[in-house]
Amino acid sequence: MSEHIVSPKIYLAIFGTLMLGTFLTVVAAYRDLGQWNIVVALAIATFKATLVVLYFMHARYSPKRTQLVVICAVFWLAIMLALTLSDYTTRQHEGRIITPSAAHSLSV
Amino acid sequence: MPREHYLNATYGIRSWLLTTDHKRIALLYLASVTFFFFVGGMFATMIRIHLLTPNGYLVSPETYNKLFTMHGVAMIFFFLIPSIPAVLGNFLIPLMIGAKDLAFPKINLLSWYIYLVGGSFVLYSFATGGLDTGWTFYTPLSSVYSNSAVTPAVIGIFINGFSSILTGLNFIVTIHTMRAPGMTWFRLPLFVWAHYATSIIFILGTPVIAITLLLAGLERMFHLGFFNPALGGDPILFQHLFWFYSHPAVYIMILPAMGVISEIIPTFARKPIFGYAFIAGSSIAIAVIGFFVWAHHMFLTGESTFAALAFSFLSYLVAIPSAVKVFNWASTLYKGSIAWDTPMLYAMGFIGLFLIGGLTGLFLACLGLDIHLHDTYFVVAHFHYIMVGGAVMGYVGGLHFWWPKITGKLYPEFLARVAAVTLFIGFNLTFFPQFILGYLGMPRRYHNYPPEFQVLNVMSTAGASILALGYLLPMVYLIWSMRYGQVAGPNPWPATGLEWKTDSPPLTENFHVTPEVTWEPYDFKNRQDLGLVAGTRPLAPAHGDD
Amino acid sequence: MHRTGELYGQFETLEQQKDTASFGMWVFLAQEVLFFGGLFMAYTVNRRAYPWAFGAGSSTLDLTLGGANTVVLILSSLTMAMSVWAAQVGKKRLVTWMLIATLGLGTVFLGVKVVEYKQKFDHHLIPGHGFDIRYVSQHPELAKNPEEAAKEAEELDKAFAKDPDLNAHAQLYFSLYFGMTGLHALHMIVGAGLLLWLIAESIGGRYTPKYNTPVETVGLYWHFVDIVWIYLFPLLYLIDRHN
Repeated sequence: MSEHIVSPKIYLAIFGTLMLGTFLTVVAAYRDLGQWNIVVALAIATFKATLVVLYFMHARYSPKRTQLVVICAVFWLAIMLALTLSDYTTRQHEGRIITPSAAHSLSV
Repeated sequence: MPREHYLNATYGIRSWLLTTDHKRIALLYLASVTFFFFVGGMFATMIRIHLLTPNGYLVSPETYNKLFTMHGVAMIFFFLIPSIPAVLGNFLIPLMIGAKDLAFPKINLLSWYIYLVGGSFVLYSFATGGLDTGWTFYTPLSSVYSNSAVTPAVIGIFINGFSSILTGLNFIVTIHTMRAPGMTWFRLPLFVWAHYATSIIFILGTPVIAITLLLAGLERMFHLGFFNPALGGDPILFQHLFWFYSHPAVYIMILPAMGVISEIIPTFARKPIFGYAFIAGSSIAIAVIGFFVWAHHMFLTGESTFAALAFSFLSYLVAIPSAVKVFNWASTLYKGSIAWDTPMLYAMGFIGLFLIGGLTGLFLACLGLDIHLHDTYFVVAHFHYIMVGGAVMGYVGGLHFWWPKITGKLYPEFLARVAAVTLFIGFNLTFFPQFILGYLGMPRRYHNYPPEFQVLNVMSTAGASILALGYLLPMVYLIWSMRYGQVAGPNPWPATGLEWKTDSPPLTENFHVTPEVTWEPYDFKNRQDLGLVAGTRPLAPAHGDD
Repeated sequence: MHRTGELYGQFETLEQQKDTASFGMWVFLAQEVLFFGGLFMAYTVNRRAYPWAFGAGSSTLDLTLGGANTVVLILSSLTMAMSVWAAQVGKKRLVTWMLIATLGLGTVFLGVKVVEYKQKFDHHLIPGHGFDIRYVSQHPELAKNPEEAAKEAEELDKAFAKDPDLNAHAQLYFSLYFGMTGLHALHMIVGAGLLLWLIAESIGGRYTPKYNTPVETVGLYWHFVDIVWIYLFPLLYLIDRHN
């Protein structure tokens, strides 16, 4: 078979890195970084996800069409998020619903 | 007729309901999409009859809302979206690339069953109170206030989405990994390129509407608040999520038809298509850019000028690859040896009607005009020109073009040409008046209208009856031809695709021997095997092919 | 199309079959990205609109359980990758053990989720009529300790001051919490089913260096489900923890 066999050593190394990343995420969450909290959280998560895709899922050793599929999926998700937010962030009140305080309106 | 082929290889209802042969599955789809075409058509008939008078007496206002909703849901999700891909795509893609079947034949059959289950839920919804939210299911009407059978309908459409997704998956994988030796990407027929592009949309767009309708259904069932302002939810969020799929969905409906036209025109002009690489690339471009434009359905929801301009500009951009196709098809005709067989009539009709539909889309993409035209009959006319004048004509034209391959028989040519012309006339009489009505301000989705609009409405209904005749005629003679039609032979037109090099109808495994491709697509000049002889059937010199 | 040995009739070679199956799973996962993506879109819009409610909701989640689940799931990805390796190098017994380990860890994950969901039910945090974000702070016996309850009450007062409709908006947070983790759990249950099938087949010695495609493709699916959780954990459990 013309497949690339990834050694368990690499898997263990990746696993270790993922554990470190998880630990860092929690630590960072307990520090007040203002608007950067979410950026750090997503950056670490993306780094972890990338490792899983490249090594556990063998994307690094896969044919180009597989890599294209991965890139397209991420890109399309990014389009959905970015273009929708481009509408929200440019609306009045950022498109938020402003309801009068009415806890009793819960009973529909 | 060959002695053994896919239709007589095995007998009995189980051999059809449990088949994994892509050709039989295509016919199963043909039957079911035709059924839904009748369902949607029935609702359309009732709408047009109701609109004969300004204060229609056929149905109540509430029922009228249900009519246009159910017409849209049946036609879009259960006829148009599956039509060409699930019938012609399923049948032809393995043949066109030289494979024995699709990559995942059992998943192909599963797709059909999922379609049936989804369709059953929707039919149940129709039968138990109907649907009155518009096919667009805007919240909070659909998720909170509507008293119609919304929940089973959204469940049905959710389930049906997976039928599309699996079909798209099958096509993409098949086109990548199952091509015969020598069938390189740029030797693929443009029909295959069109379906590849369509499948990109199936895979990346459909899941979004699936999750969106699931959320709307959950909101309705459990009184959650995602899209309900009274609970802090956001109807605009629903619209973004809905249109993220539903705009690319219109490209799902038109791209396969464009693929059909790209096969028909070179065949009946007897020369290679002009600008093959550009037509292939434009299909991909439409699929990609088509995902950037959805908020042009939301211009009147409070979008900022900035966002509206951006989406308007992108909507103009997506028209460019479509225009490229139209120019290339027209250029293919230049110095061609034109034959006016029925498929060519449909293709010519397609070009004209798609042109009108596409250009009027640009009218709507213009912000200033959209303020007046939004939610009027102008929009209704625009999308029917593309979906009926474009997609359905492509579908019917394709059915005629490949009918000899599918059944081994020829349809009656004269009657078919009469039907094509009838359809064209009926279509224009139905929908052109609607452009005028919209421009004059007649709103869509209203059960009544001001009396001064009656003449145009009557014209439209009259056209619809002619259009109906144009649809019924092929149903009759195509079925007639299966028994009494002339035997077709492998390549009656003749055309250059790989599918025409095998029997009509084909063997279950498609080819006796796996083909090896050494020729370029649409290469009429060098294909000696087509039997086109200069003098009796002059070949045009290949101009301007890339 | 009939099967001869492991080769299905529509394919020419085992290699083509393997490439096709693997690619098919990747394309399926691409659509899953967009499927979950719709929920992430809804999350983004709602979190931007109601940051206080999301912070309040997130603080009610048990970080120990969530963190432990994250470790468990990533570990299960390791064992899954190891089972593919074991098949590739011909260690048939190890394949089965690694698959069993993966299934076991996945079951632990689901068990913890059940515990968490039950806790939400007890704390009146299921969206619907009984939903009350203040319930735990008003019933200190349910909290981990009395100081926790007092602190939570104080934080909630601050949040309510900023957002009078906090209860309704916190319901949106929890609708998304249950929607996203629920859809994720559903995918894990499907994954567990697939693992059971693989374990049964592997016991019969079916997976060899020459043919191990099902292990690899189920592995791709399992890793994807792990990736979804890698995003869900910070987005749901770690909002505003520094307060």
